[in-house]
Amino acid sequence: MSIEARIADEQPETFKFSAENEKEIKRIVAKYPKGRQASAVMPLLDLAQRQHDNWIPMKAIELIARKLDMAEIRVLEVATFYTMFNLKPVGKYFLQACTTTPCWLRGSDEMMRCIKDRYAIASGETSECGRFSLLEVECLGACVNAPILQVNDDFYEDLDYASTAALLDSLEADAPLPVGSVMGRSGSEATGGATSLATLKPKQSGVANA
Amino acid sequence: MLKDADRIFTNIYGWGDAGLTGARKRGDWSNTAKLIKLGHDEIVERIKASGLRGRGGAGFPTGLKWSFMPKEVKDRPHYLVVNADESEPGTCKDRDIIRHEPHKLLEGCVVAGFAMRAHAAYIYIRGEFVNEARRLQAAIDEAYDAGLLGKNAAKSGWDFDIYLHRGAGAYICGEETALLESLEGKKGQPRLKPPFPAGVGLYGCPTTVNNVESIAVAPTILRRGADWFAGLGKENNTGTKLFCISGHVNNPCNVEEEMGIPLRELLEKHAGGVRGGWDNLLAVIPGGSSTPLMPRDVCNDMTMDFDALRAAGTGLGTAGVIVMDRNTDIVKAIARLSYFYKHESCGQCTPCREGTGWMWRMMERLVRGEAESHEIDTLEQVTRQIEGHTICALGDAAAWPIQGLIKHFRPEIERRIAARHSADAVNAAE
Repeated sequence: MSIEARIADEQPETFKFSAENEKEIKRIVAKYPKGRQASAVMPLLDLAQRQHDNWIPMKAIELIARKLDMAEIRVLEVATFYTMFNLKPVGKYFLQACTTTPCWLRGSDEMMRCIKDRYAIASGETSECGRFSLLEVECLGACVNAPILQVNDDFYEDLDYASTAALLDSLEADAPLPVGSVMGRSGSEATGGATSLATLKPKQSGVANA
Repeated sequence: MLKDADRIFTNIYGWGDAGLTGARKRGDWSNTAKLIKLGHDEIVERIKASGLRGRGGAGFPTGLKWSFMPKEVKDRPHYLVVNADESEPGTCKDRDIIRHEPHKLLEGCVVAGFAMRAHAAYIYIRGEFVNEARRLQAAIDEAYDAGLLGKNAAKSGWDFDIYLHRGAGAYICGEETALLESLEGKKGQPRLKPPFPAGVGLYGCPTTVNNVESIAVAPTILRRGADWFAGLGKENNTGTKLFCISGHVNNPCNVEEEMGIPLRELLEKHAGGVRGGWDNLLAVIPGGSSTPLMPRDVCNDMTMDFDALRAAGTGLGTAGVIVMDRNTDIVKAIARLSYFYKHESCGQCTPCREGTGWMWRMMERLVRGEAESHEIDTLEQVTRQIEGHTICALGDAAAWPIQGLIKHFRPEIERRIAARHSADAVNAAE
């Protein structure tokens, strides 16, 4: 996709970090050695995106460049290189569906079909109501709990058509389901019950690592 | 099967408290100062003696890697950088360490950082792991409050700081020099080597980049002894390993097992076996998407370790085991990986930037059989022209799955081409 197509046509006139975020910026920049403040560019872009309805306006790119003493093009370059930075608006619920092979083998097509049936949107589009955006993404790194749908910050795991529909219902009602496995797995233990560490459950004695 | 008593990650499923109190009960931070007293070089020697090989994919001996750091700190500080940019399709073990065993990683940073004479570590975590990053930051804060990090960390006499840095969605940042570029605030495009990071790394300073799992196991190895770790697994492939079993098994899971466990035993004991039984197995990708697949006849007697898999023309990689049963459209499964590499190519080297797109388009045609038989050879040749001709291994990683497919499933590709041709002939006749 061309750079122009990734950047919103309508841009706000100004952008300012909130007072709270200004403090956070000081904390972030202090993580890096003196003179290496450019290291803070990704955290600051993330901060701007979180403050501004999940997308980064060009005014924020300019402001971050000034704050970190970087050329604007360097900040824009970073903002366009990494897929998580949105340079145009997305819906309140940003659905990032993993369809890479491990998720695909476990039925990510069904998860996608459910989303498309409901909102008639393709990857990169936003629903007519404006509340749901869909993006097909590459491996989310939770493959044993596939397929995965990331909704804003949260992973929903072990989905199929019906559970995706239930999840979307909950989002439409602004009462999202509990984050994690929709099958109720606590983590990545085997779906049929854990085959290891059973001797250490439920009380973690610490014997094994003493 | 590995005994629970020999498992390092006893809270990998998150049943217990991931916080400091729970971690201490599991033995973490119990005698960090004593471990530090061993001295820089003794720690490196013991990790070498344990036989630990890097858990991020390449399997390079961890102790040896640490020994490449300069023995004296001169004008430039040393850094430890932890690669938590877990993005290799099929791999999801570091995520569980971070959310359920974060203190193993933090204590490992102190011990490994001290061994390489570093006073600071940066943990680079993939951006999508937002909740995992929050958990890890909470663990870091807790460790500072308890005096385990900062000045005189864990009363060891060594000052040590840990900083968390979040990525923002780029597989390539799992490549160590791309990760360093990204950490410096740039696009994640790999650097030419040499110079290697141990000489010129983060901010031009001596740096070692290690995978989360490699660092997190270090304190337990030192505590229980290099001999204990070396006594598990096989020669040159020692210890325990977190395996991620995904795809067409009855019960996908992560599990810590002994290196060298037979593949069939791994799948049947822990993942409920292949869907429809062992005979229904078509192929396994043994170590994350980059490693070439193995058809069932190779899987039958395969053991899961670096050397055995390498001898079979594939690799242990990250131990992300992707299982495919006989209902799988194997060409499509690999074509989807080709799309992944096309999407994730950083665009720096021509063979990879142009080649990954070309290979993906070719693979899509092969899925539909819209090709001529000789084009399979052309595709194979192109993979060879990409492999080894780029700055980093992403080009190789994109080439290998296709090479594996052609090697083992050429008849299936040819069958599709033939079927397409006869269908076209029928259509033309009508």
